[in-house]
Amino acid sequence: MSDLYAWAAIGLVSLASTAGDVLLSYSMKRVGDVGELWKRRGALAVVARVFTTPTFALGLLAMAVAFYSLLFGLSWGNLSLVAPASASLAFVFNAVAARIFLHERVGRRRWMAALLVAAGVALMAI
Amino acid sequence: MTFKKYLVLAGVAVFATVGDSLLARGMKGLGAVNVSLHNLSGLLLAILNPWVATGILLLLAFFSCYMAALSWADLTYVLPATSLGYVLVALVAHFGFHEVISWTRWLGIGLIAVGVGFVAAGPSVTPSRHGKSFPGGPSRTMSPEAKS
Repeated sequence: MSDLYAWAAIGLVSLASTAGDVLLSYSMKRVGDVGELWKRRGALAVVARVFTTPTFALGLLAMAVAFYSLLFGLSWGNLSLVAPASASLAFVFNAVAARIFLHERVGRRRWMAALLVAAGVALMAI
Repeated sequence: MTFKKYLVLAGVAVFATVGDSLLARGMKGLGAVNVSLHNLSGLLLAILNPWVATGILLLLAFFSCYMAALSWADLTYVLPATSLGYVLVALVAHFGFHEVISWTRWLGIGLIAVGVGFVAAGPSVTPSRHGKSFPGGPSRTMSPEAKS
């Protein structure tokens, strides 16, 4: 039973964090290079610009869901299963989502990287 | 990619991993009994645990670096960098604290390193299929470094 809970947490964490990553990446691309903005307008302008981007709040919400699911998952299941399994799955989900929603060019190089990193993260937990 | 930008990516890797480790340590100390769906206040009180609190502070530092990186690089470029932290922790555990690392962990470390290398060798920003990244956003043209 606790296995089922752990895997439910893993699924929820990886899906929510992928949604969060995509929304946050979208928001930050709209904000533009924060280094440049900081130089021209100062730190406050950067903070104001980031927090007034509507998709940023949505991204934070998705990340909060992922964070609290992880906390629950960690108390239900084994740390060595829940954390790496959800991180590993999130790499693969993100590669797909970045291509579909962010129109990033996920070529062979980036697919290989996503799969290698996902496999590596999973292996490190064994 | 400037040196400063690589430093931000290093911050993403280090802060995320150390923050996560501290959180895990704190949550393990609290145990499964104190934190459950039926005891939501226990979950909120978890924030008062010093390990959890320090972990959250470091994760905030991670988040700032992560947002900065996402403002000038692709998601699929920045993400693999976060996994380099796992490698760092394993290397510190082995060479610093003489912990024994199993061959499967070494293999995992190798795979992550190769994966990160794959991405790092390529462009950090790819042009979108529509020429313009986002409606209303600044139009992005291919930067010279993205042409490889």
